[in-house]
Amino acid sequence: MTRKQRRLTMICGSLAVLAVAAALVLNAMRDSIVFFSTPTMAAEKQIPPGKRFRLGGLVQPGSLVRGDNLAVNFSIADGSATLPVAYKGMLPDLFREGQGVVAEGALDASGVFKADTVLAKHDETYMPRDVADALKKQGHWKDDYGAKPGATAASAPVQGTAK
Amino acid sequence: MIAEAGHYALVLALALALIQSTVPMLGARWGDPALMNVARSTALAQLLFVAASFTALVMLHVASDFSVVNVFENSHSMKPLLYKITGVWGNHEGSMLLWVAILALFGGLVAAFGNNLPLSLRAHVLAVQGWIAAAFYLFILLTSNPFLRIASPPIEGRDLNPVLQDIGLAVHPPMLYLGYVGFSISFSFAIAALIEGRIDAAWARWVRPWTLVAWIFLTLGIAMGSYWAYYELGWGGWWFWDPVENASLMPWLAGTALLHSAVVMEKRNALKVWTILLSILAFSLSLLGTFLVRSGVLTSVHAFATDPSRGVFILLILCLFIGGSLTLYAWRAPALKQGGLFAPVSREGALVLNNLFLTSACATVFIGTLYPLALEVLTGDKISVGAPFFNLTFGPLFVPLLVAMPFAPLLAWKRGDLLGAAQRLTAAGIAALVAIAVLFAWTHGGATLAPLAIGLAIFVIGGALSDLAERTALFRVPFATAMARARGLPRATWGTAFAHAGIGVALIGIVCETTWNSEYIGTMKPRDIASVAGYQLKLDDITQRQGPNFREMIAQFTVSHDGETLEVMTPSKRNFTTRDSSTTEAALLTRGASQLYVSLGDTNAEGAIAVRIYHKPLVLLIWWGPVLMAFGGLLSLSDRRLRVGAPKPAKAARALQPAE
Repeated sequence: MTRKQRRLTMICGSLAVLAVAAALVLNAMRDSIVFFSTPTMAAEKQIPPGKRFRLGGLVQPGSLVRGDNLAVNFSIADGSATLPVAYKGMLPDLFREGQGVVAEGALDASGVFKADTVLAKHDETYMPRDVADALKKQGHWKDDYGAKPGATAASAPVQGTAK
Repeated sequence: MIAEAGHYALVLALALALIQSTVPMLGARWGDPALMNVARSTALAQLLFVAASFTALVMLHVASDFSVVNVFENSHSMKPLLYKITGVWGNHEGSMLLWVAILALFGGLVAAFGNNLPLSLRAHVLAVQGWIAAAFYLFILLTSNPFLRIASPPIEGRDLNPVLQDIGLAVHPPMLYLGYVGFSISFSFAIAALIEGRIDAAWARWVRPWTLVAWIFLTLGIAMGSYWAYYELGWGGWWFWDPVENASLMPWLAGTALLHSAVVMEKRNALKVWTILLSILAFSLSLLGTFLVRSGVLTSVHAFATDPSRGVFILLILCLFIGGSLTLYAWRAPALKQGGLFAPVSREGALVLNNLFLTSACATVFIGTLYPLALEVLTGDKISVGAPFFNLTFGPLFVPLLVAMPFAPLLAWKRGDLLGAAQRLTAAGIAALVAIAVLFAWTHGGATLAPLAIGLAIFVIGGALSDLAERTALFRVPFATAMARARGLPRATWGTAFAHAGIGVALIGIVCETTWNSEYIGTMKPRDIASVAGYQLKLDDITQRQGPNFREMIAQFTVSHDGETLEVMTPSKRNFTTRDSSTTEAALLTRGASQLYVSLGDTNAEGAIAVRIYHKPLVLLIWWGPVLMAFGGLLSLSDRRLRVGAPKPAKAARALQPAE
């Protein structure tokens, strides 16, 4: 093989691998990306049952009901809409009523959000950023939701997962 | 007083870095050895001052001096001494100080041990190190000063984030930074080569050990972080495809590619331009990682900082260094001479293939990590890219890489014999097929991918062993001769075999854990029994205990298997009063490479406690693999070839100079 042919082989090989990588990325982008919504946005967009998304907001005070064998029901609210959530498994350490949470899952036929993951951050002053942004946008932001000035050490989210 | 001294030492280090970044460059331009040698002394002095500054911060934390903001926000007088020390880098300011301290350490090492480098190359390398150091000193001094005082000092501190109060914090960040920052050396060498317009096999020989050191630490750092997350976060996950984890994985992938391309360059003087590019990319990705973690642009497990002024500053550093180095690359790289020729099927070709797949895999991780950020900036849509994305992209790209891996060491340089290599891998191939068949029969109707993946892992491990057997002519010559040959093999060959086998070992662990892990999640009262994977766990008792800066609820489980009592496990839940937060301390029971994992949830009104019990088969292999890989790296590093160093043409020239 001449130098030129060898280089051509290399370039073609590289392009082939890159094309495969690009195809994989595009394919994965189509199937495995999860959007974030608040209850209001979920109602507006009319997300069909079974489509996975992340639901963020505040845990509605008084809505938390613990059932048998770690089944939990609560509502996520964003000030103008609420959405009931069902979850089975252990809640994160600092999951509390009135605190911000993000749940991942899908709506079922009856309009209940079946969560398989619940994220809450591990700090009494913490508000998930997505939730804070969404609340600010809708004008429901209160300053005392935010972190105390100076206490910027937001900490690890603790994740509850049920399989 | 100590705080002011530490602050002042940091300012002096900045001044030294500025000298180091300019004077040696001028010296190299004018050919003045005295000016070029300034680099050496400034690098060493800089190390001294940064070390002093860092020691000052450690002393402040140990003495619990709450008049310093950083100590007040991250420490508590009741905190155990170990966490007082590790808490130094458990926050934004302190961890940046650790970053520059390690940068200065690497600069100091090049200055101290770089005597065999050509003078101008060393001057350039250290000057580039000086630029990086100066940028980060400015960042710390202007936006993240750890030595700020509070006008009216509080009596007690706010305590360190409880999740970080763990031995993991003592090991994980320093290791990771040694890896991240270690790539700055190969970056500086690359920039120096571009400035000088000269690069040869000797250059690769100087760069390789530094890259190897960084890679070893990064490998261990990532593995350590993964194990820490596994036992500390309380739900048994060991890799989350979290942006911060990806930020450490990307430099690792680029660094692994760099290690392999540097071999080609050293042995065959080929792939020069590509090796330079990889050196730049590996460190750029390290900088990107620093930006992602330190700027707070992510909502993620490790984000401690949320101040936008910092983000903008690091973004500037990022653009300056990445943009600048790539521009220099575009301008100067075409001037570098092309290297040796090789056929597509050859050792070089195989290493090119390795590089292609590693960089493509790195690119997919890059897209998955940054796409959500870019989309949010551009359209305002919020999306999350999670594990499914990476499983669908990263996974398929790693399969051909692993299939090709055993072939590469068996191919000859320049022109290889694929058929011959395949013949020598017959044993490994048969072992893999047998493993697949046995697993299919055993799991009958279970997961289909898992046995195939384990077969692949066996093939990788078998391939590494075949390579060793081939080189020592084991089974063909008498055993004693083979042993003698094994002793005579270069350490780098052993290193390759260990590192490659490590990948296979880790893969077995990953597949077994994800496919055959079993769990029990439920509420338990004292004297309840839960059974998981043949183990019976009896909840004996729930007790309360007071720790140094927390209260702890401990559950005691007696574990038995087939009626035989094995051990007592005591998972607990700690409540840290200062921060009003709690952590879950999982209990682990190791049986061979498998583990039983128990963590606690909340107690309900009737006194029952939520419990999570996992049985994770062969889970420890996930971390033994990287340890094997790092060990392989260490063997390679101890290779005589690297110890002896590159040939020194400079010596002869020096001898001719007249005595002064």
